[in-house]
Amino acid sequence: MTADESLWRELAPQALARLLRSYGHDQIDVCEDAVQDALLSAYRQWSDQMPADPLAWLVTAARRRYIDRVRSEHRRRDREAREALLAEPLARGSQGSSTADDSLLLLQLCCHPALPRSSQVALTLRAVAGLSTAQIANVYQLPEATVAQRITRAKRRIAELGNALPRPQDGTERLPQVLDVLYLMLTESHHTTTGEPAHDADLAAEAIRLARLLHEALPHDTEVSGLLALMLLTDARRPARVGSDGRLIPLDEQDRDRWDRALIAEGRALLDSCVRGATPGPYLLQACIAAVHAEATDTATTDWYEILMLYRVLEVTTGERNPTIALNRIVAEAMVYGDELALTHLDELAERHPGLPRLAAVRGHLLERINRPDDAAAAYRQAIIQTRNTAERAHLRFRLRRLRQSIMDVQDGRS
Amino acid sequence: MKYLILMHVDQAVLGALSEEQQRLIGEGHAAFIAQTKESGEFVAAQALADPSQSKVVRARNGVPEVTDGPFVEAKEFMGGFYVMDVEDEARAVELAKLIPDASIEGLAVEIRPVMFSDLGDL
Repeated sequence: MTADESLWRELAPQALARLLRSYGHDQIDVCEDAVQDALLSAYRQWSDQMPADPLAWLVTAARRRYIDRVRSEHRRRDREAREALLAEPLARGSQGSSTADDSLLLLQLCCHPALPRSSQVALTLRAVAGLSTAQIANVYQLPEATVAQRITRAKRRIAELGNALPRPQDGTERLPQVLDVLYLMLTESHHTTTGEPAHDADLAAEAIRLARLLHEALPHDTEVSGLLALMLLTDARRPARVGSDGRLIPLDEQDRDRWDRALIAEGRALLDSCVRGATPGPYLLQACIAAVHAEATDTATTDWYEILMLYRVLEVTTGERNPTIALNRIVAEAMVYGDELALTHLDELAERHPGLPRLAAVRGHLLERINRPDDAAAAYRQAIIQTRNTAERAHLRFRLRRLRQSIMDVQDGRS
Repeated sequence: MKYLILMHVDQAVLGALSEEQQRLIGEGHAAFIAQTKESGEFVAAQALADPSQSKVVRARNGVPEVTDGPFVEAKEFMGGFYVMDVEDEARAVELAKLIPDASIEGLAVEIRPVMFSDLGDL
């Protein structure tokens, strides 16, 4: 990213937020178009001479475009409502609002509960992260027209719902949705990875950037801090997560020297500053689990008992509704109480949730450890069929190959 | 989540359709494309030529060899496909039901999750 582009991306969401404060959240469609127009003019004019206050310049230009657009609006009824707003804006100017407030407002708007999750994500990347439609299309490997249409529809939907769903009363309203959208961006950045070089725009970096903005706006919310810490601690493992062959490398095989120590230190410092006395929410708890892993040099020196306890609290906190958390708890149980007990619990979980992602892979791993290679191979084969992730499939095939080799070696040894 | 929606057809079934039915199918596909483009779920659509036009390349003694005809000889074959990007599998099924082929006896629509996509440099 050039310095110029980072400036655009910083300014665009701020200008959009200023306009929305003036003209109302239900005006997001027209306001966003106005900001885009203003950006285009800025792009042309600033190359000759930078204005003294770029944000003020942009906001003024965008306001003019907005007014032009409203005046040229064909639909009469809409026009009347908007003209009234021109006469009496909701809030005057930008006084009293900070960049952090702007980001928070936009995040809450983009993560509008009436929108489908994929639209929340696309709109957030567009309006808050400042990615272009083409960049978002590239991240998700979708035609640009599909992404553009999704964003247009999302903005229209927010406009339609403008009065039905009032603007957020405070910073914590709709926060769970915002946190989920940001976390989804991070996990999707892992799931779409195939070991190939990153796409045009780095989704994980965007998710972390947005979480930082959110943390700036709500520095005392422990779930926000927890989410940011979780993202930092998770992303720290990225250099070790995928092998050169595109295979997903699981935690126990990762070369921990390749973990990003700076990110880990930042994540842990963040946790240290908020964890004491906090009411543990799901993101804070997951961050604590990631921190325990980050402290250990390998799986043998990992404090699995601590991890097990944290997963148990996490299960209670989330109402024991999430089978993936139960699966992770069972992995920790295996390390604390042994693989046999864990296998029993795994069977119980499989009965309630057949086809749960990663369950067959965990079973294969446990069976391999207690030296039941044939059963382990069968479990890996099932896991390969069930997975929808190419890097994970490559990893499972690697495990199966290695297992078959060891079975053959044993047979050779006997003969 | 991207899903591939495959349309399995049967030349005998297609041949027995009335002109009116064929027209409705054509219109149904056009409407389906328009609707999913409008909803921001459409990724791609391709209709394929008859499998008698196919050539198959497969190894013989480790060397690629070309033969005429499809990979599998069958009455039913894949006539074309859609790629859709939707919230979840339930929505993919909902969309598949809207495809005209799904309402014609003897034809079928199959839904398969996409694992990896590269649509080129978008």
